[in-house]
Amino acid sequence: MDIAAAARYGGRPMSSLESLLDSRQVWRAQAGGVSDGGEAIASGHAELDALLPGGGWPSAAISELLSSGAGNGELALLWPLLSRMTREGRPVVLVSPPGVPYPAAWRQAGVALEQCHWLDVQGREALWATEQCLRAGCCAVVVAWLPQADSRLMRRLQVAATSGNTLAFVHRPLAKVTEASPAPLRIRLHRHAELEILKCRGGFAPARRIAFGAGA
Amino acid sequence: MRWVCLLFPRLALEGALRRRPDPEAPFALIDGPVQRQCIRAANRAAREQGVKPGQALGFAEALFNAPEHVQVNAPLSKAPGHVQINAPGHAHFNAPDASPDRGSRSGSRSGSRSDSSQRLETALFDVDSVERWRRRLATWAYGFSAQVSLHYPHALVFEVASSLDLLGPWPRLEARLRAELTALGFSHRLVIAPNPAAARVLVNVHDGLAVDDTGLESALATLRLDRAGLASIDADRDILQTLNRSGFQRLGELFALPRNALARRFGGGLMRHLAELRGEWPLALDYHRPTPRFSRAFEFDQPVHAIAGLAFPLKRLLQELGVFLMGQDAGVERFRLTFELEDGPPQTVEIGLLAVQRDPDTLLELTRAHLERVRLAGPVTTLTLFAPQLAAYAPIRRELLEGPARQAQAWAALHQRLVARLGQPALKPLVEHREHRPEKAVLNGAGPRARDASAGPPRPGWLASVPQRCDGDVVQLLAGPERIESGWWDGDDIRRDYYLAQWADGRQAWVWCEPERQGWYLHGWFG
Repeated sequence: MDIAAAARYGGRPMSSLESLLDSRQVWRAQAGGVSDGGEAIASGHAELDALLPGGGWPSAAISELLSSGAGNGELALLWPLLSRMTREGRPVVLVSPPGVPYPAAWRQAGVALEQCHWLDVQGREALWATEQCLRAGCCAVVVAWLPQADSRLMRRLQVAATSGNTLAFVHRPLAKVTEASPAPLRIRLHRHAELEILKCRGGFAPARRIAFGAGA
Repeated sequence: MRWVCLLFPRLALEGALRRRPDPEAPFALIDGPVQRQCIRAANRAAREQGVKPGQALGFAEALFNAPEHVQVNAPLSKAPGHVQINAPGHAHFNAPDASPDRGSRSGSRSGSRSDSSQRLETALFDVDSVERWRRRLATWAYGFSAQVSLHYPHALVFEVASSLDLLGPWPRLEARLRAELTALGFSHRLVIAPNPAAARVLVNVHDGLAVDDTGLESALATLRLDRAGLASIDADRDILQTLNRSGFQRLGELFALPRNALARRFGGGLMRHLAELRGEWPLALDYHRPTPRFSRAFEFDQPVHAIAGLAFPLKRLLQELGVFLMGQDAGVERFRLTFELEDGPPQTVEIGLLAVQRDPDTLLELTRAHLERVRLAGPVTTLTLFAPQLAAYAPIRRELLEGPARQAQAWAALHQRLVARLGQPALKPLVEHREHRPEKAVLNGAGPRARDASAGPPRPGWLASVPQRCDGDVVQLLAGPERIESGWWDGDDIRRDYYLAQWADGRQAWVWCEPERQGWYLHGWFG
């Protein structure tokens, strides 16, 4: 509900629109605007950064990645960020990834392996672990694969990410595209290293697909 | 030298109360032969009901068994006729010593708590338990002094002059000792004096007295002879009676006499005792040495069926462990919980911590997380906590931490929390091994750790834990083959040709086939 929501209130006096803006129920869509959710963290993909509000991933929030399964370019998308964070000596946690991370491949991608941890858990424990990692506030990035998470649980994780000031990515299956989500950024992954921004708070969601390639 | 003497007048009762979920509920220790058990000690709630030491058990229980309680008709109980009609079988009317204070008792209770449904809980008085608790308290006192002695019954003496620089001045240390003992639930009296013998006799009549060398003689002089520990001098001769018959009342009168006359008349034992009190004769005390391990049990009246029912005993045991560790300036890295089951062999849970801990709240939180994964094999009758060895503990001063150190500490805490609930195997590191077989290298962690950052052939970001047969899904082979042939020496040998393949839906997969054989296997995804 970005531009459409703002338009719906167009007939009202300005003051009520201003009050809605103040209460963050409606936000101004502006290309390249500064997001209010803290500073953004560069993704390492120049073209993507140019389109995301603030110039990168929203920090202290959940970014939702929707795909049809493992191997849809999620690693190519995240590796630049993960390698930068781990080389700065900050821990990264993967929660219930779709396969066993192959250390050699991660090392070749530039990730400092000693800062990288993964949790082999399923179901409710995965949700619990994700929330704990987000709240602790000491992980640079938390990447979770949570096909079981519904919109209520996503809100809970979003609150945890905000309170722990942690950057998080949650992978969910394509079937959840139609479901409402509290994540400020929703991205759908397409094959051949392309993505589509479904929603981004504080900016226009471009209607075209973006190729992100192997990273900068 | 300054010695503190702590006297515990209700050690047996308070030790037993620590094991009860509600220490405020009426409770008494009983003693004596089975046919004629009588009350040894009772807590306040029981005493308010009229239970007194020396009463027969049946009598004390009758105070609680009244069908209609005095409390119900408290305002009316002043009219004797009325009460007799309402509660003809009431125990209080058979109890001659209970009637005088009945009015005040019922009046005080009627507004506060409804006790009418309560029973008198009892436990057998156990002489050994008194000694056990005294040793535990000695271990606690060991945190304040290296010279703790159990020489005097029912009491602890320890030297604090050397710790006063750190913990003092004395009023502050005294407040701390009292606060910690109150938190542990032990009533106490304490006195500080220049020598242990004087501290021990002064605590008989004083509480909170602090005397130094100059005040010692006058403080001792006012002491009555029957409170001055004279009975222990010579078991054969009743020296106290002899002195009393000679007209002596107080210690000061003995101090005033010439010593050689006193020695001739009453013997060397008395002289020595008086010299000890005045600090002229050094006392050689045995010092308490705490054991380097911790083992404590909690027995249940009723078998416990669910883990939730263990929360209270666990908390108590961990508190005691915390006090023990504090006294020893140590922590634990691992300990064991043993559940004695009603039927069947005992069940044990090993609790391993990632870092040395001693804070009871942290230990409780981590233990709870551990127990969430445990299923009880049957009703539990006894819970035992056993810490076989202690570890050096370095407390972290939080306020000194900034930036990376704080981050590292937060990460360590998170790591601990995750492992406690999910188990050590769930949290896995990424370690690269020098081993060609993918399963061995990634899943089993075989082979030496790779040190060099050499670029190898491309590997997929995700490895499938089990290769899956995938004929027909591969549309095109993009790169390969890469022959991996290894492991003939350990019987787990493989011979495979790996390819980078285009999947039917456009993804890139890592597949293999065995040379000269049919069948493709999916072994990973390039993310």
